[in-house]
Order: sequence, then structure tokens, then C-alpha cells
Amino acid sequence: MKVWPIYKKELRLYFTSPVAYVILTIFLLIAGYFFFSIFSFFTRASMQMAMNPQMGRDLNVTDAVLRPLFSNLSVILLLLMPLVTMRLFAEERRSGTIELLLTYPVRDGAVLVGKYLAAFTMYAVMLAGTLAYPAMLVSFTRVEWGPLMTGYLGLLLMGGMFLAIGLFASSLTENQVVAAIVTFGVLLMFWIIGWTAEFAGGPMGTVLTHLSILEHNDTFAKGVLDTKDILYYLNFTALALFLALRSLESRRWNG
Amino acid sequence: MIEVQSLTKHYGPVTAIRDVSFNVAPGEIVGFLGPNGAGKSTTMRILSCFMPASSGTARVAGFDVFRESMEVRRRIGYLPESVPLYSDMRVAPYLDFVAEIKGVPRSSRRKRVADVMDRCLIADVQNRLIRNLSKGYRQRVGLAQAIVSDPHVLILDEPTIGLDPRQIAEIRSLIKSLAGEHTVILSTHILPEVSMVCSGVVIINRGGIVAQGPIDRLVEQFFPTARVEVELVGPTAAVQEGMASIAGVVRVESVAGANGASRFVVESARGRDVRGEIFQLAAQQKWGLLELKQVGMTLEEVFMRIVAGEESDAAAPAPEPPAIEAEANAS
Repeated sequence: MKVWPIYKKELRLYFTSPVAYVILTIFLLIAGYFFFSIFSFFTRASMQMAMNPQMGRDLNVTDAVLRPLFSNLSVILLLLMPLVTMRLFAEERRSGTIELLLTYPVRDGAVLVGKYLAAFTMYAVMLAGTLAYPAMLVSFTRVEWGPLMTGYLGLLLMGGMFLAIGLFASSLTENQVVAAIVTFGVLLMFWIIGWTAEFAGGPMGTVLTHLSILEHNDTFAKGVLDTKDILYYLNFTALALFLALRSLESRRWNG
Repeated sequence: MIEVQSLTKHYGPVTAIRDVSFNVAPGEIVGFLGPNGAGKSTTMRILSCFMPASSGTARVAGFDVFRESMEVRRRIGYLPESVPLYSDMRVAPYLDFVAEIKGVPRSSRRKRVADVMDRCLIADVQNRLIRNLSKGYRQRVGLAQAIVSDPHVLILDEPTIGLDPRQIAEIRSLIKSLAGEHTVILSTHILPEVSMVCSGVVIINRGGIVAQGPIDRLVEQFFPTARVEVELVGPTAAVQEGMASIAGVVRVESVAGANGASRFVVESARGRDVRGEIFQLAAQQKWGLLELKQVGMTLEEVFMRIVAGEESDAAAPAPEPPAIEAEANAS
């Protein structure tokens, strides 16, 4: 498998064009603003707690800072992740470089995995930037390490799913904007699909609830590792990557 | 090295190529000619394993392009017509990427990339972003990525398009130097280029092969007579009659002359040189002989004749033009 050269090339392309820097900047700017507002709120709540200890019995960093932070981060990711993956295949198709890439002695699967891993690395760099916030917390207060780590694991799994869906969308078109919009639409749909569960009711309602991204992303931040949630993200990722591979291969089917 | 058997490709209802068959021997450089839209790029895309044919088979270096595509891809270098390159990469890292993905071992990669940049005359731009390169440089970077793994077979779609005359000459000599070790199939519009570089040609028109073989054989086939061009001062009718009576002369045609002189094209059986006799005749008759030269028939004329023949064939299918007969002999 020649994943490595593809991976290196894609990573190089992320960081030689302005894309990576713009996404990183915007992401960290908004994430920083969220952290600031959540933390300010937490600070004020702590002050009030000092005057009225009864009220603040349940106040802790995990529930008051990290959980809202992770949930806010997922919303930014919902908006930004389509932009991370939109280029990967669409640009190759538009510029025609895919014609060369797919005539090199490299399997379609290796191309796909290389691109996916590069996008994932880019995402990991984005998340690494947010580690500054818990680091700051540690200097003020006591942080529970378990929920912090599961929270990041949850973000990684969810982001991995977003990237796989984005990669699939990008493999369908030669237009980056179309790829981004399709990705965003699919993600948003699965984000809110649980809203109708109440009305659907019965088994249908259960299915809709389980399909929802929202349903699965909060447990991690609470420090709960549930195989149901982990499998949800991994299954979705695998399915999207499988579809992307089929979409790449389909070129060889129509004679 | 390249064996193509009754290859057909449909794009939906449109048939891009139909029943295309030809062979290229190892070490040969073959020119793939045809007007725009004739099916050159389609054929090359099939040969390079980019897309499958609708029917028919193609083998490159002994491997089937569809069933053993990975083996074929290891052995080819391909330059598509549009020269697609990653515009956000620099030249040297780009070539290094291509070398790595084509399996050039790590130990020799740096040297290999440097060699190829020297050969393709792009060493001076190796640190530039590809997006900032001129068309000529891009073309040469494209050629460099095709030959960087030293493949057995090169498939080049219009390799000299967009270059200035000096660069064209350099690229031609580069391609020529590849003959022997490498088998090259290149498509082009520039016919003199083919005569200079290629040992054989395959001419394709409207999706089908219309002629193929070594260039001189094709010329002989389509122009069975030798031609001499004569310019002299003398009575046109008498001159025409006189020259027609020379043994071996098949046809004398009067073409436009100037300044009181007349010009003729004399066709004679191939291999028979009638220039001496024409001179004798002119001296005898006291015609002022101004010019006397052999006219070599070029590939260009063969090409024009074939393509024009096909066209008139399409317009009026009833009368069979001579070009078509010759084509029937060829296949």
C-alpha cells in the first residue's frame, strides 16, 4: 500500500496553501471566544457560590466548563469540517490531476486512506490548538482528567465521521462548493434527525434517536465511554469511506 | 510492446473510437495522428488504464490494461493532454512525490529526480511553485513526471504543444533519445514533428484507424509516383507534350508560372529519376530551364489526403476516392 506518499502530498498541500491556516485561525478564534464566555460565566457562578454554598454544591469544572465547551466545539466543527475535506477529490477532478493520480501504480483504497489520514491529521492539529483551554483551567482549578480525555476522544471520533462523509461528498463532484454544501447538509440532517423521534414514537422513534449525532456526542464529555456511541461513529466513518471508495472505483465500471 | 485489438469506446450514445487495432514494437517511437476529436486522447486514456474500453482488448508490456492494470501502471509513463499538475506544489517535491508513488527506491530517488530535471531542462525552476510556471515549463515538468520512474512505455498526449521552437527542438531530441530502451506512443498535430521523431505512424480519423505503418511506406502507398518540379521558359503545350514522351513519365501537370515562365509537375514511376532527360530535352529545344528539383512527398500530404478523402467520403458516399482504396490495401 502506498498510503505514505499520498498522505505526505496531501498534508503538504494543506499547509502550502492558505486553507489550513485560515481554517485553523477561524476555528481557534471562535473556540477561544466560546471558552472565554463559558469560563467567565463559570467564574461568576463560583463567586455567587462563595456567598451561598448551598447553591453551588453541584458546580464543577467538568459540567460547567468542559461539557458546554465540547458541545460548542462540535457545532463549530459541523460548520468547518466540510471545508477541510471539500478539496480532496473535487480539486483533483477539476484540475485533471486525478487522471495522473489514478494511472500511477497505487490502489484506489490507498489514495482514499492517504487523503483521509491527511485530513484527520489536519483535524488533530485543529483540536491540539484547543488544548490550551484545559491547560489554562488546570492552573486555576482542579480538572477531572477522565472526562477531559473521553471528551477529546469523542471529538476525534465525531470529527473522523465528519471527515469521512466530507471525503465521500468530495469524490462525487468536481465542484468544491457542491462538495462542502452536500457534506454540511448530510451532517446537519443527522444532527437534527432525532428531533422528530418524539412524534414518530415506537421503534421508528428509537431508530431516529440512535441515528442522531446529538444523541451520541454528549456522553463522552460526561466521561462515559459507551460502545454504542463509539460504534456509531466508527460505523458511520466506515460506511462513508466505503461509499467513497465505490465512487472512486465507479469510473472503472462504465465501459 | 503495445497491442491493441479492436478497441471500442462509447460515451453514452457517442462512439469515440470503434474497432481500433494496432501494434507498437518494443523500442519504437510511434506517432498517433488525427484531427481534433478523432479519438486520440480516448485511446491513450484506455492505454494508460485511466478508463476502460467498451469492448476490445489492449495489452501494454504484455499485460492487459483492464485486468492487470497495476502491472501496466508500473511500466508506463503518461502525460495527459491538459498536463494536470498540482499547482500548489513546488517542482522538486512534486517530482519526488511522483517518483515515490511510482516505486523509485528511496536510495536513488534524489539522484533520479535531479537527473530527470536536468534532462527536461527544469532544474532552474525546481523551487518554484508549479502555478507560477509558464506553459513551456509546465509541459516539461509533465514530461519529467512521465519519465521519472524510467518506464518501459511512454504515452504522451501532445508533448510539444505550447512550447517555443527552441524548446520543441530540445523536447524532440529528448524523446528521440528515449527510443531503443523505451517504447513511445505520442500524439500530435504537428506533422513534420512526426517525420522527425517517429519511426512509424498510426493515423486515426473519426474514431477509426485509417492508415498505419512506417512513414516512407505510407508515402509510397499514397503517392506511388516520384515527382519533379520544373520551371522553364517555353511554349506550354509543346513542353507538356515533350516531357510526357519521356520514358517512365506518368503524368505532366502544368501549374501556375510567373514572369513568362511556366511551372510543371512531372510524375514518374517511383525509383526513376527523369531530371537528366528533362534537362536534355530543354537543351535540345532551347527552352530556358530555370529550375529543376525533386519533390519529396511528406507525411503532411498523406495525412491531408487521407483525412480529406474520408471527409468527401462522408459527404458523398457513392464515388470511392483513391485514398480509400489505398487505405483498404493498408489494412
